Amino acid sequence: MGLRDLTATEQIAELAAGRVSSLELVDAHLDAIARDDVEAFLAVDAEGARARAREIDALPERPPLGGIPLGVKDALSTRDIVTTSGSKMLEGFRPVYTATCVARLEQAGAVVVGKTNMDEFAMGSSTENSAYKNTLNPWDHDRVPGGSSGGSAAAVSAREVPWSLGSDTGGSIRQPAALCGIVGMKPTYGAISRYGLIAFASSLDQVGPFARTVADAALLLKHMVGRDPMDSTSLEWPAPIDVPMATDLAGLRIGVVEELMGEGIDPGVKAAVEVALVKAEALGATIVPVNLPTALSGLATYYVLAPAECSANLSRFDGIRYGPSAEADNLLDQYEVTRGRLFGPEVKRRIMLGTFALASGYYDQYYGRAQRVRTLIVREFAQAFEGVDVLASPTSPTVAFPIGDRTADPYAMYLADVCTIPASLAGLPAISIPCGLSDGLPVGLQLAGPAFSENRLLDTAHALEQVIAFDTRPPGLAT
Amino acid sequence: MIDDTTVRHVARLARLRLDDAEEQVMREELSGILEHIDAIRAMDLDGVPPTTHVIELENVLRADEPRPGLSQEDALREARAVVDGSFEVPRMD
Repeated sequence: MGLRDLTATEQIAELAAGRVSSLELVDAHLDAIARDDVEAFLAVDAEGARARAREIDALPERPPLGGIPLGVKDALSTRDIVTTSGSKMLEGFRPVYTATCVARLEQAGAVVVGKTNMDEFAMGSSTENSAYKNTLNPWDHDRVPGGSSGGSAAAVSAREVPWSLGSDTGGSIRQPAALCGIVGMKPTYGAISRYGLIAFASSLDQVGPFARTVADAALLLKHMVGRDPMDSTSLEWPAPIDVPMATDLAGLRIGVVEELMGEGIDPGVKAAVEVALVKAEALGATIVPVNLPTALSGLATYYVLAPAECSANLSRFDGIRYGPSAEADNLLDQYEVTRGRLFGPEVKRRIMLGTFALASGYYDQYYGRAQRVRTLIVREFAQAFEGVDVLASPTSPTVAFPIGDRTADPYAMYLADVCTIPASLAGLPAISIPCGLSDGLPVGLQLAGPAFSENRLLDTAHALEQVIAFDTRPPGLAT
Repeated sequence: MIDDTTVRHVARLARLRLDDAEEQVMREELSGILEHIDAIRAMDLDGVPPTTHVIELENVLRADEPRPGLSQEDALREARAVVDGSFEVPRMD
């Protein structure tokens, strides 16, 4: 077993024991990133990472995260490191500041090694909408890693980094975590500052961790949560995130969302989730069926609200203040030609959909109604949590699908997020953990809880992780 | 359903220059997506208020005091064209 097979927590312990240096760890991962068999990275900062590792190695006392490598989704701004959000619109763009969440992790001793591939502006569920390249699923290179944070998920699965950051608007952390057989968590809306996160849909966007264990995900989360004066929607965090220790689930009530266990869910996925629920019961949990009648309307609701917000947020990309631009002899032409040429097809589709939903004459029928359906979904979750502590469902209705399989049908791609969208609309924390295989590919179990219930969710996920004992190492992965 | 006029109108509002082929594809795809989305138009939403923000927040205020921000140099660093410390843009017709 090599250094790269160690979890983040184990790597930190090795550093603390003096058995390895940060530079050795960073170099071991940079070697793998140089090959990047799964095409996970868009930019690598080898020199910066090595310099930072040397600095940390020279400190009299190691910071809490020790000096181990971190992959960062390219939607998060990093000062002087090219940040494109997967778009030609930001080709070559070097941000002038670093996202708060990244800065906090660096402060705690994380070493940013590079920026990971993603669907353009985080719009997609397979990373095929990246303007640069496809990322490959480490379990099967002919399949997608999920998306939009596919690069961050594949990099952790392929052991190019022990952990990474993603962003999740409708499932963009949880779904790729599920498809790559790792852990991914979207915290409560407002848990982590969005300052420096290139905005997609502001009322939904949240940053969160990818890791190979629940404990690692918790550790990364612990160092990111809390209020940031630069993001007025960020929250004073009520209690520290604990590294989970639970070994049983005695007294825990788990509700299984019936609407997300029926039609449209692959039998193999459903079976793996059911096996995990039996294991939860053996740990002392009570399993009860729960209904979220409006959950399946979440998809339609989301595809009004998210495009509407994106159409406003992406109006800033005009080629004037940053990024490439088309030459034109008047301003309006320059805006239109720049945006027409440099946005990819899915981004244009969503801008058009959102502009339409907000346009005079359509606003009440689409945007106004979607906001009200959102209220119903929020209420149904609140009601469900009167009877249960945690809600369980599949994370994704299918395992990883073949590259190219859904690119011709936008709505088929949207369906990939049907299970993750409801919790996003309600702003609730949710985690995906690998719970088994179907046709040799990983299946994710999603656990969601009330706002601020991160510690209980993490404990639940950790206890289950121990008895599921999923091997996160993709078969055939080069050492 | 969306017609060509609507596609052109929305593209104009969104400041997107689409060519003829793109317009046609956009019309077909948006119409297809809207067929699914139309499900929410049939729901009974009488008396249901809209949600704009999921976590309750009071007004978030701060003291109105000067504090460090982006330097002019940083703010202009990535611009395509800069004149006299400002962003340069083509003329407006």
